Amino acid sequence: MVHSTTLRACLKMWAGERERNVVKRPACVFEHRSGAALSAVSIEAQETRVGSPPARIFKQTLRRWAGLSMLVLGAGPAHAAGTLTIATVNNADMVVMKQLSGEFEKSHPDIHLNWVTLEENVLRQRVTTDIATRSGQFDILTIGNYEVPIWAKQGWLAALSPDAAYDADDILPSVRAGLTVDGKLYALPFYAESVMTYYRKDLFAKAGLTMPDAPTYDQIRTFADKITDKGNQIYGLCLRGKPGWGENMAYVTSLVNTFGGQWFDMAWRPMLESAEWKAALTWYVTALKAGGPPGATSNGFNENLALFGSGHCGMWVDSTVAGGLLFDPAQSHVAGTVGFAAAPLGPYGKGPTWLWSWNLAIPASSSHTADAQLFITWATSKEYVRLVAKTHGWVAVPAGTRLSTYDSPEYQKAAPFASFVHTAIDRADPNGPTKQPRPYGGAQFVAIPQFQAIGTQVGQIVAASLSGQTSVEQALATAQASVTRTVRQSGLMR
Amino acid sequence: MTRKRARLRRIAIGGAAWAVALWVFFPILWMVLTGFKTEPDAISTPPHLIFHPTLSSYREVFARETYWHFALNSVAISVLASIAAILLSIPAAYAMAFLPGRRTRGTLLWMLSTRMLPPVGVLVPIYLLARGMGLLDSRTGLVVIYTLTNLPIMVWMLYTFFREVPIPILEAGRMDGATRWQEITQVLLPLALPGIASTGLLSMILCWNEAFWSLNLTSSAAAPLPTFIASFSSPEGLFFAKLSAASTLAVAPILVFGWLSQKQLVRGLTFGAVK
Amino acid sequence: MDQAAGRIPVAAAPVGRPSRARRTGGALLLSPAVILLLVWSLVPLAMTLWYSVRRYNLVDPTQVGFAGLGNYWYLLTDPDFLTALLNTAILVGGVLVITVGLGTLLAVLFDQSFPGRGIARVLVISPFFVMPTVSALLWKNLMLHPIYGVYSAMMRAVGLTPVDWLSRYPLATLVMIVSWEWLPFAILILLTAIQSLDAEQKEAARMDGAGPLAQFRYIILPHLSRAITVVIMIETIFLLAVFAEISVTTAGGPGVASTNLAFLIYSRALLQFDVGGASAGGVVAIVIANIVAAFLLRAVARNLEA
Repeated sequence: MVHSTTLRACLKMWAGERERNVVKRPACVFEHRSGAALSAVSIEAQETRVGSPPARIFKQTLRRWAGLSMLVLGAGPAHAAGTLTIATVNNADMVVMKQLSGEFEKSHPDIHLNWVTLEENVLRQRVTTDIATRSGQFDILTIGNYEVPIWAKQGWLAALSPDAAYDADDILPSVRAGLTVDGKLYALPFYAESVMTYYRKDLFAKAGLTMPDAPTYDQIRTFADKITDKGNQIYGLCLRGKPGWGENMAYVTSLVNTFGGQWFDMAWRPMLESAEWKAALTWYVTALKAGGPPGATSNGFNENLALFGSGHCGMWVDSTVAGGLLFDPAQSHVAGTVGFAAAPLGPYGKGPTWLWSWNLAIPASSSHTADAQLFITWATSKEYVRLVAKTHGWVAVPAGTRLSTYDSPEYQKAAPFASFVHTAIDRADPNGPTKQPRPYGGAQFVAIPQFQAIGTQVGQIVAASLSGQTSVEQALATAQASVTRTVRQSGLMR
Repeated sequence: MTRKRARLRRIAIGGAAWAVALWVFFPILWMVLTGFKTEPDAISTPPHLIFHPTLSSYREVFARETYWHFALNSVAISVLASIAAILLSIPAAYAMAFLPGRRTRGTLLWMLSTRMLPPVGVLVPIYLLARGMGLLDSRTGLVVIYTLTNLPIMVWMLYTFFREVPIPILEAGRMDGATRWQEITQVLLPLALPGIASTGLLSMILCWNEAFWSLNLTSSAAAPLPTFIASFSSPEGLFFAKLSAASTLAVAPILVFGWLSQKQLVRGLTFGAVK
Repeated sequence: MDQAAGRIPVAAAPVGRPSRARRTGGALLLSPAVILLLVWSLVPLAMTLWYSVRRYNLVDPTQVGFAGLGNYWYLLTDPDFLTALLNTAILVGGVLVITVGLGTLLAVLFDQSFPGRGIARVLVISPFFVMPTVSALLWKNLMLHPIYGVYSAMMRAVGLTPVDWLSRYPLATLVMIVSWEWLPFAILILLTAIQSLDAEQKEAARMDGAGPLAQFRYIILPHLSRAITVVIMIETIFLLAVFAEISVTTAGGPGVASTNLAFLIYSRALLQFDVGGASAGGVVAIVIANIVAAFLLRAVARNLEA
């Protein structure tokens, strides 16, 4: 942080220069320690005259006013030397990272970390607006493997070159492949996940059922009906129902794949009215109606985690990352009775399943690239994994990123699901074939920029069908029309 | 007989009023209580009315985010935006109330209509403007925006207050040779002070609770309390108690402020717009 | 408005037109606010108009160029658009009816004297100070959650099946939550207005043998008309732009059951990053806001000029 007296002196100087219409970098700008990047204290004084005269005068007036009131307010947007602004999501693993980041600051005393922790939706909209308008408010972004290749191709991300000590070959190959464009890494994985089935061993034992290692969706439905006990608020099956491309559509896409359906054919014609989509969605709606919790349309990953953790769900098909949380007695009532199995299979039985990673990346517009890379290599390193193991226990370490984590006997002991998750991630096959050939990549999403729009719209339509507002057929017809509009508008489909 | 009936009536009225008051206040009370529970307690069914109060959620909230940073931003932004808006609206309301022209009414209506635009419709333009002027993630940026969004309502409120000031008093001042500046500062403002105060209070409340611009235009340095809340809503794991604690922290200052100033708010309103 | 006797005599607005010099002075005093608001409303408006005829998607830089009226066409032929308009009307109308109706009754109730009146009043106006994001989170998670919610527990306690409010009756539930936020404001304003009603006048009416209902109908209600207009106007301004409550509780769903115009634009702008489409929506919203403003403000103005 900048000392306010310095700031004031600087502002005074700056105001004076403005007065004389000398527009240049004020003399009080701090030199960055590496000398590579210069950062102004609070005002982008580097910017020279731009815009037409009235616009310029307007800008100047506003800035002068801004300067004045900043004297009253103290520091403005502080981008002092060596300060990294990190935008991250408020998931459990990231909260741990923030807690432990003091260690990084200790070993890098000239780097100060500035955290912006937001919930996923808000984070995504903030980060996307920021990078697409090149506003440069953040030096490190937390983004998914959906964004990384798209943004990298648009030149929005800085290419990374971690050194040998970082051991990039230790990253799980399928995860690493998702972050690589033209042979260059554009983000480093913080944690990664695939999909699996969680179930309550005690409820299964009581009902005299056994969960196969690789259940089918028919079996899941039978089990759900048997263990549902609404009077005691035990719901046989919990699934994502909250609308959103990263919420219910992640699950539904993965479900449709194993039912043999897909989003588009090779000519980018939407295929939502196919028999496979209908079968998958009918299964989803009827199963949740029969054995799902009330309010299923508001349940995303977090809500279901809370439901399962507090003992209200019999089974739950969702991200593998829940394992670390459900097996942790500090966070879960059912830590002793959770069982797990592979994600259920549909009639097709193959197809891409699910691969998501939360990654740290650096916007190309950042002026602190070198420092930022120091931090993200630290936060995704083997040492960081060991640090979490030391402070929070092995069960809480970020999962799904490093082979060395899975090789560690301590982790295998603390996390009984470890090798299972490893296999699930290895076999997620995000770019593998669907039943019919497809023009797009991605397992539980479609790796095109338009998918956020499409997924948001269809997610709402699916939720409407789940809440009983529309029938499955109606919902799919609406979804087909809506997706067709969007791909037409964007020129994908002629 | 009638005395007894009057007493019964009083009891009935008191009972009804208290029932309504408690029913309306209950969600807030429940939020405060939940903030003092452990996470498992917070989602137990049926909910526990009696529990061991704990500060663990508060501790965790404070450990995770620098509450005071957000709270100070909220205070600074609300206070400054309210002062700026009052300073701008006093002359405007004065002109409308005492020097009306043909277009006064039209101007007032136009001002109010600017307030009816949904902010989300102009988000991208405002974002780009803010970026161009270096006002992203700056308190100044939010102060400017809040001043401008609240200005129409404040001009209109002050206008109604000023219209209640007897013109002869102002005229008397003018007879004594008061300049317009003196007329405003020494005659009008003292008379309209309760109204101005309640206008300012209302503006403070509106600024404090605004969540759209604050979430979209700030990230860390200038982020006020709505951003603080956004880091506690729906994270992974159990969060009801932490969310309640964080919500209580975000709401408490303005709630206490509202309670303390509600008499003033009412006094000002009585004086003007709604008498 | 001057029916109340015994108040400071208040002159009507000056009758003759002020002199030229004074009018110039008036314009000068008015100008800072007017100029700032002009800039504030026109610059973004111009930019919005410009973007609304462009192909502009934040996440897809391959979409560039002139779109003509394409964005408008996509918006206006979108079946969701009509639903959103209707939902906006229901939300604004529903909340206004509840807050003004209930607010008037409660204002009369809280005007009576009863033990602990001061505290009860403070409690009843509290929700107005709670930020919309927090009240939405509070209602969604702590009150109405079908499993953990207090209301669900109460329903179970009396042997009923808890209702899944937000997915069964999304719009009605939102009207309820937003009414909870704005009812205190209505009570505050209306209570203030009732208190300014002359005690003597009420007493006189009582002496004339008017019962409580007649008093309410012939004395209180007419006196409140101006305060009610104030409530309607200020609330409408905020209700047209209700956003945080929807985004937190239902995200506009299920389907588009609780999507209002502001949320529809938001989902175009920030969930789909289609700036062109969102800008077209913004322009439409601006047109609608101005139509509403024209109608409403004219009605209000008549009442306020008195």
